[in-house]
Amino acid sequence: MSKRILMQGNEACVRGALKAGMRFFAGYPITPSTEIAEGCAVELPKVGGKFVQMEDEIASMAAVIGASVTGVKAMTATSGPGFSLKQENIGYASMAEIPCVIVDVQRSGPSTGLPTSSSQGDVMQSRWGTHGDHPIIVLSPSSVSETYYLAIRAFNLAEKYMTPVIFLMDEMIGHLRETVEIDDNVEIICRKQPDAPEGKFEAYKGEENLVPVLPVFGSGHYYNITGLTHNTWGFPTNNRAVANELNSRLLNKIENNRRDIEAWDEYLTDDAEILIIAYGGSARVGEDAVDMLRRKGIKAGMYRPITIWPMAEDRLRELSQRIKKILVIEHNNGQYLHEVERVAADDAEIEFIGRINGAFILPEEVTEKAEAM
Amino acid sequence: MPAKLIEREMRTENLPHIWCPGCSHGSTMRALCQAIENAGLERKNTIIVSGIGCSSRAVGYLNFDTIHTTHGRALAFATGIKLAKPQLNVIVLTGDGDISAIGGNHLIHACRRNIGITCIVLNNNIYGMTGGQYSPTTPSGDYATTAPYGNIDRDFDIPLLAKSAGATFTARVTAYGINEAIKVMERAIRHKGFSVVDVASICPSYYGRKNKKGDVVKMLQWQRDNSVPVKAAEKMSKEELQGKIITGIFNDEQYPEYTDEYEKIIERAGGR
Ligand SMILES: Cc1ncc(C[n+]2csc(CCOP(=O)(O)OP(=O)(O)O)c2C)c(N)n1
Ligand code: SF4
Ligand SMILES: [Mg+2]
Repeated sequence: MSKRILMQGNEACVRGALKAGMRFFAGYPITPSTEIAEGCAVELPKVGGKFVQMEDEIASMAAVIGASVTGVKAMTATSGPGFSLKQENIGYASMAEIPCVIVDVQRSGPSTGLPTSSSQGDVMQSRWGTHGDHPIIVLSPSSVSETYYLAIRAFNLAEKYMTPVIFLMDEMIGHLRETVEIDDNVEIICRKQPDAPEGKFEAYKGEENLVPVLPVFGSGHYYNITGLTHNTWGFPTNNRAVANELNSRLLNKIENNRRDIEAWDEYLTDDAEILIIAYGGSARVGEDAVDMLRRKGIKAGMYRPITIWPMAEDRLRELSQRIKKILVIEHNNGQYLHEVERVAADDAEIEFIGRINGAFILPEEVTEKAEAM
Repeated sequence: MPAKLIEREMRTENLPHIWCPGCSHGSTMRALCQAIENAGLERKNTIIVSGIGCSSRAVGYLNFDTIHTTHGRALAFATGIKLAKPQLNVIVLTGDGDISAIGGNHLIHACRRNIGITCIVLNNNIYGMTGGQYSPTTPSGDYATTAPYGNIDRDFDIPLLAKSAGATFTARVTAYGINEAIKVMERAIRHKGFSVVDVASICPSYYGRKNKKGDVVKMLQWQRDNSVPVKAAEKMSKEELQGKIITGIFNDEQYPEYTDEYEKIIERAGGR
């Protein structure tokens, strides 16, 4: 069964999360993400879920982790300044392997910046915002419909890999209204639980795919969760070998499973001679530019990362070996550009269009630059 | 039967603990175990949450579902746990720095919500774990590694702060008066709503040494000689109470508990 509904990007995020089984939301109001909190306040109690407006973003992130350790799927949503405040506890969730979804509807920074203007300035922060070498998954939707389905996937990945997932939206998509065809028949993943009866459990051992099985609190397994370096039972240790094992497992948990995690989209790349690379809201500009270039007889195509991290880099490498001109467009000063250069600089000429004043890049600017390449 | 208590409630395989000889955190942890047993909490439904500090390391030794969180944030984590699963008993173990400096905002808001969490503050008037810096409860004029010429900050009275912010049960006990501590903690655990027990604690390694308070025995004797029960304190002047530790239960009130109130919202929204 499916139905078509007109909705805003932020609303699609709420609906997708609810579909995925979100039953807890903690947040603090901030433009342009506030509609997500408001939507959760309305919808969660209708399904027996919980909404709480905490005293700040630090507390919101903490409460989300708290809810998740009891087995309840939990989310928070914020924008720039609030995303900065959440970072310490995002690192905690990464280290302690607590599934949760953090939505950042990006606005123009730095600092309080341009609160109502779109941006993609938090891309590197979404990867490296919290301290230490840590794993993370970051997803970025480029339409309202994709926001709905990708929000579901964000929860699925969080639960499957026992990790925080950053849902990196931007104001352009968050406040866009589009029709979503809602298909009720979607896969929903819930975290694994021990087969063992109650009693002590080696929660942080990691299964074959390196993902641990963490019993939900209240299920009688009496283990410890900590952000300190810990052994496989969850207890703090300074042992270097154990530290190495834990930190390696954490990173390899994502790295070894990247084939399953990675997602990207391509538009007219088969015969393309120039490749536009864009994600999130920028991809809407990129897609228009490709169409305009095609009408002029220029064979343009687009590669759109959906998992910003881990990046589907093998595919990008293949494309860059064939398509020798790459044009990266981002609403920032060139953040993902560095990632593209890391992968493709040896094979292709790379140009960039960025924007840091809160305005949108126009498709015409893209076509002009592409034509000059 | 202390040994039996420890066997029942603690992760004996993780002992001995990391605390300095004479630190009161160990005996307070033991007192809490007794209070949990006396209150009849079921282990499976009891979650112990802590922040960061010497005091917060206690959770590693307690045989429950335990979570050692980030500095100052224990109450915010605990709020998520309690709201998500109100049937769980949630106890927070924290230090004076953890709860009243970096976590001060979370403390006042947990008080204001009157959420059903028991908060035990191991208040040693110093940042023990980081080596003796002044905390918001270091008395004015005292010394710390970061107050080498004397502390000019005024100190917080944690139960008073909590009470003003809306906590419906607040109390203070001392590390010396451990039997009283067990009784008061039991009542705090049984209390419906947010409860705070401030445990006047001793850190001989830093607070004691920096302020020439003598050995552990001297520090505990000082607590004994300077504790004033709340009833007696009511009859004393401000001057007479200078430097004293006022002990006992400051308030024990009934007020709607947060997760109960949220259940009503769920009913109103048609979710039940
Ligand atoms: C965000 C952050 N800032 C600072 C620290 C360093 N730190 C660890 S414990 C602590 C103070 C703990 O003092 P208290 O809560 O009084 O506990 P005690 O050690 O005295 O029992 C500090 C400042 C930290 N771990 N995290
Ligand atoms: S430093 Fe102080 S608080 Fe920490 S263990 Fe030693 S005596 Fe206890
Ligand atoms: Mg202290």
